[in-house]
Amino acid sequence: MSSNYLEIIRPGINTTFQDKGRDHLYHIGIPFSGAMDNRNYLIANKLVNNNLDSAVIEFAYQGPHIKYSGEKINFAVTGDVIFSIKKKDTEIEGNCYQSYQVEDGDEINIVSTNKSVYGYLAFGGEFDLKFQWNSCSINTKANIGSNDGKKLDVGQKVNLKKINSNKDIKKTNYINTKIENIRVIKGTNFDYFSEEGKKIFYEKEFTVSKLSDRMGMRLEGPKIDNIVNTNIKSEGLIKGVIQVPADGNPIIMLSDHGTIGGYPKIGVVASVDYDRLVQMSPGSKIKFKEINLSDAETLFKLYEMETQNLLSQI
Amino acid sequence: MIKNISNLGDAALYCDFGNEVNKSINSQVIKYFRNIKEKKFEGINNLTPSYNKLIISYDLKKTNFKEVKNYVENINAKDSKDISSKKLEIPVCFHENFSMDIKRLEEILKLSREKILENFLNKEYFCYMTGFIAGMPFLGDLDENMRAQRLETPRVKVPKGSVALTEQFANIYTFESPGGWNILGNTPLDVFDSSKEDKPNLINPGDIVVFKEITLDQYKNYNE
Repeated sequence: MSSNYLEIIRPGINTTFQDKGRDHLYHIGIPFSGAMDNRNYLIANKLVNNNLDSAVIEFAYQGPHIKYSGEKINFAVTGDVIFSIKKKDTEIEGNCYQSYQVEDGDEINIVSTNKSVYGYLAFGGEFDLKFQWNSCSINTKANIGSNDGKKLDVGQKVNLKKINSNKDIKKTNYINTKIENIRVIKGTNFDYFSEEGKKIFYEKEFTVSKLSDRMGMRLEGPKIDNIVNTNIKSEGLIKGVIQVPADGNPIIMLSDHGTIGGYPKIGVVASVDYDRLVQMSPGSKIKFKEINLSDAETLFKLYEMETQNLLSQI
Repeated sequence: MIKNISNLGDAALYCDFGNEVNKSINSQVIKYFRNIKEKKFEGINNLTPSYNKLIISYDLKKTNFKEVKNYVENINAKDSKDISSKKLEIPVCFHENFSMDIKRLEEILKLSREKILENFLNKEYFCYMTGFIAGMPFLGDLDENMRAQRLETPRVKVPKGSVALTEQFANIYTFESPGGWNILGNTPLDVFDSSKEDKPNLINPGDIVVFKEITLDQYKNYNE
């Protein structure tokens, strides 16, 4: 047994290890996976002096309650998250976007995310995890990745094989901005939908359904009417694709999506808005706004520059 | 040949080879897929071949639509070798425990169980693509008189190994998953094995598959 480990007192709802994800596998049916909110994943690693592609703990809604055993280690939480740190004789409320040091016997209790979905818990060191195709990201549908491809479970122990010697405490001021409109690029089957349906897509509000997870986000709202065919010959999907099945309710493909699908594609979420899209919790209202390819490319470049800038200040 | 290239969002190329589903168009898709995969163009991070489309996804931090499109347009697919056709035999047990939709198929196809199995077994199938779930092969083509629509309400759980039909295609559920195909039998073979990182899929696009009937006893003893 390693001398430095986490013990999972309460796993939370959907707690997994995630990293940058795995590529070059769509053709055999394996999706990208990886941290849903990439920016918050990177910031979490930077705050604890990790390499930016290190594994972190991703949680949704309710997070894990963890007891730490071993020598001193830093950790940080990112997202919009309520959590506490319990030390021998005190319990303090934690702040996101700053690192803390814990020692043997301390506990971290991630109570919940606040009006958002995903949060990240990074430790300054390296977990002892199995890698599959250069990634430890857990895909619970295909049981691929570390922890036998399963969510973290109550009572389990997670070993750390290395603790960073750099234990500088870091802090950044970052606010997760809410987004009013999700920008989309017209899909390859846009013309399958009635004029009324197209208008609904861009002008009406949709509500994020409870039936949303790492695979996809289902939306409810006015029905989008298909006038050509409610099925297409199955073809490849990427994250962000918005499919509309026969019932007229859009489904947005997220990081653990099926690699092939047979529903018409009305649009694709612009890469710039993906991190913010995945954070929209059930009940949130979504409105789509059309942009063209070149604007989408420019907006992503700016977003990426902003991310690099944030990271360089930590 | 590629008839049209457009963008799918801001991080993928949508290469359209036509609308028909047949071996000759699909072989073109697979040729392009293999050619691009071998050359490892910087920034391309995924390729998804399907019946008549090839989706090429890329990392928007490294490249963009214009660059990838230009690259694909200048590929001479004639350079690539003809696609190989590995031939595989897949054992299937049609015991009533497994063939959950045989009654439904008998009604829809207006064929007896014996005739359905005979038609199904007496055929070579071509693997058009793999995916949806990891390793699932899309095999075709079933004869006209063997084509049934998918279930109106998909099953929440289709057992691992299920061999199923929809329209002109057969497939194999590589692990337990939701699904709406008509289940005919079950194979004890591991069609997808994530521990084999080099070759997780038993069946790959371009392969030829035949099914062979086994008894329940043979099924039970298969992995011993």
